[in-house]
Amino acid sequence: MAAGVAAWLPFARAAAIGWMPVANLPMPAAPPEKNKRQDELIVLNVSGRRFQTWRNTLDRYPDTLLGSSEKEFFYDEETKEYFFDRDPDVFRSILNFYRTGKLHYPRYECISSYDEELAFFGIIPEIIGDCCYEEYKDRKRENAERLMDDQEDSKDSKLPNMTFRETMWRAFENPHTSTMALVFYYVTGFFIAVSVITNVVETVPCGSSPNQKDVPCGERYTVAFFCMDTACVMIFTVEYLMRLFAAPSRYRFMRSVMSIIDVVAILPYYIGLVMTNNEDVSGAFVTLRVFRVFRIFKFSRHSQGLRILGYTLKSCASELGFLLFSLTMAIIIFATVMFYAEKGSTSSKFTSIPASFWYTIVTMTTLGYGDMVPKTIAGKIFGSICSLSGVLVIALPVPVIVSNFSRIYHQNQRADKRRAQKVQKARLARMRISKTGSSTAFLHSKRNGLLNEALDLTGSTEDEFRQRKATSLLESQHHHLLHCLEKTTNHEFVNEHLYEQNCLEGALQSYTSRSPSLSSSGGLTGTCCSRRSRQKSAPLPNAAMPPGSSRSLQELSAIHIHRSDRPPLSTSRSSLNMMPDEAMRLNCKSSQITTAIISIPTPPGTTPDGDGHGPPSPSIQITASSNVVKVSAL
Amino acid sequence: GFIYPESGNKRGLKARLRKLIPCSVGRRASARSQSNVEDELELSAVRHRPEGLEQLEAQTRFNRKELQVLYRGFKNECPSGVVNEDTFKDIYSQFFPQGDASTYAHFLFNAFDTDHNGSVSFEDFVMGLSILLRGSIQEKLNWAFNLYDINKDGYITKEEMLDIMKAIYDMMGKCTYPVLREETPRQHVDIFFQKMDKNKDGVITIDEFIDCCQNDENIMRSMQLFENVI
Repeated sequence: MAAGVAAWLPFARAAAIGWMPVANLPMPAAPPEKNKRQDELIVLNVSGRRFQTWRNTLDRYPDTLLGSSEKEFFYDEETKEYFFDRDPDVFRSILNFYRTGKLHYPRYECISSYDEELAFFGIIPEIIGDCCYEEYKDRKRENAERLMDDQEDSKDSKLPNMTFRETMWRAFENPHTSTMALVFYYVTGFFIAVSVITNVVETVPCGSSPNQKDVPCGERYTVAFFCMDTACVMIFTVEYLMRLFAAPSRYRFMRSVMSIIDVVAILPYYIGLVMTNNEDVSGAFVTLRVFRVFRIFKFSRHSQGLRILGYTLKSCASELGFLLFSLTMAIIIFATVMFYAEKGSTSSKFTSIPASFWYTIVTMTTLGYGDMVPKTIAGKIFGSICSLSGVLVIALPVPVIVSNFSRIYHQNQRADKRRAQKVQKARLARMRISKTGSSTAFLHSKRNGLLNEALDLTGSTEDEFRQRKATSLLESQHHHLLHCLEKTTNHEFVNEHLYEQNCLEGALQSYTSRSPSLSSSGGLTGTCCSRRSRQKSAPLPNAAMPPGSSRSLQELSAIHIHRSDRPPLSTSRSSLNMMPDEAMRLNCKSSQITTAIISIPTPPGTTPDGDGHGPPSPSIQITASSNVVKVSAL
Repeated sequence: GFIYPESGNKRGLKARLRKLIPCSVGRRASARSQSNVEDELELSAVRHRPEGLEQLEAQTRFNRKELQVLYRGFKNECPSGVVNEDTFKDIYSQFFPQGDASTYAHFLFNAFDTDHNGSVSFEDFVMGLSILLRGSIQEKLNWAFNLYDINKDGYITKEEMLDIMKAIYDMMGKCTYPVLREETPRQHVDIFFQKMDKNKDGVITIDEFIDCCQNDENIMRSMQLFENVI
């Protein structure tokens, strides 16, 4: 239960008077308030600095060191105070947690010292408030990475049991792992460079012989260039195939951007091989050669910055889109205006609005080639307005893209977002566990309470003390409140397992038409009743009936109910409510039901109890068990 | 869509042109400080300070120490001194993790907020508690009647009772034994009305309610249950 809320427990209990006139059953007795002492101040001496607080404040969190009896170990008889030899600065935050219910992480503290203090005082870090949680997690991640980097440097040897395929993949991804990988890395880099330079030089006019006009080198030394091209393409092909072989998930690899670039880089060559030297298609063939320039993108494997640039452009797609859109709007507006302004002048280059587009673009980007200039006065005025506005329109989205790039660049230097998500899930899981603790605590104490009644009935007293779990006064009062609610509504709280089981029983009982008195025919019927004890989560098909039971001993055909993972309870941190719509997700239809019919011995003459829908009176069930309280009636 | 920026005061064309000229900036500063003062007044209205300890001692049946403990707890959870309905629902829901306590908390809030101003101050809180914990049986039953009578017209109708009953059953949540069915609250209401409505006119008045409760042993006993909560 949260901190300050404990102060409201008296109010909630008082408000329970509102249920009393409605209830039909008598209410349970209130828990005795043994040694109810007046609230007193206690002194906590932490390395010389004295903190004082009410005892009640500390009692709010009974599962921490200060809230439980563990602090008695630190009690100093002479000075009548609790002495802790710890850091007083961090202790301030910890004590504030008891006071306000929120744990804050001070930014100036070292993360590992803070963690240690939390661990000492028994507080889980997951309850750090939202205001400080991001900071805490960031620092923790940085710290972990620092440790990991140190570890990685010392870890040179290859892991012994990696397959050849994994080794190869690792070599491809991190060239620094082995010399072979490094060699491969540089060789491919060299050949990419060679291939690109070849493509460029191919078109340079070299060496004019007197009887021919200037021909590009490519046509002069066809064979040489062809050999060079072939060699590069072969190396690229081999590299691609090797990567494809080594990839852990081939489908994912083939979909990745880098592999598409690889394919596009080498495809034109093969297409060129296949196609004949036909005049009609040679035009298309020339176009294909353009794609060879994509080989330069293969460099992005070798350069981190290039990858980041690509990623930035991808993530700034909206800003780029906006830039494009606004530019287009401005271009159309100004082109139209310029066209109509220049329509009057003779020999005007502004022959149509699309022709004016070129002028507008050149002017707005402040290029100003000068191949088209306005001649009329109106045209010149509008032209100047055009160039002024061009500067503005382009200057606006650019800083956004720049800041995006810088952010992504810095982000890339830290851990992946994937790791953060995993941590978030783990954090929520831990908080869920501590929250369900509160509701299961009630059920546990109910069980213990009923158990005590059972033991009272059977008259044994020693076991009582052993089995009565020590619950704090707060908890017992809270449980009394919940007990009153149960009595008012005449229904009991059960945990999810049993609820589903009951649902299932109800569903199946209406589904199969079985008579209440089970088979006098010795035949096997596919009915179900699975009985589970509250403690075990896995069903025991042949759970032995506790001795001394007077109930019928039908042994079961067991239905193994498999269901998918438990749906998460509410994810809000501040409320302990399980929202009803989430509860409804525990639908009674399980995902799989396999029936295994074990045996049905002939039942004794007693008919089983009804459908189990009648209100149970706990006393009857208790006589049936000594260790286990069954809640679902057969 | 495109949202025009809001301007508090409607300005004419002249004012807009004046904005373009740098030297006219000074005029706007005064307007801004005006609105700041108003904001501050609004903020301070939300903070509430209760009456003095002596007055509360006189008005309620708690002694000084108890009032101190109560106030400390109250102020801890609501530093501003008043509880609004959402906070109230949050706090009350924390005690019932398995169900949805917000509807019942709403009715409870209305029962505590005696002056119906949308927030429960410490005085309201402590008055209510005084009745519940230290009041006579008559007063407690009165309070309960007030809780059930949602529209405060002096009669409890079946619909009002059904709402209250559903709210109570909502607090149980889904995972109950036996499984909660649709008609359970309605049946409970019918039993209740059978017991309470003596003249069978479909509504329960305060006198019928108090009479009937005083004749019921269970209810009398359970009313005494929370005597020593504080």
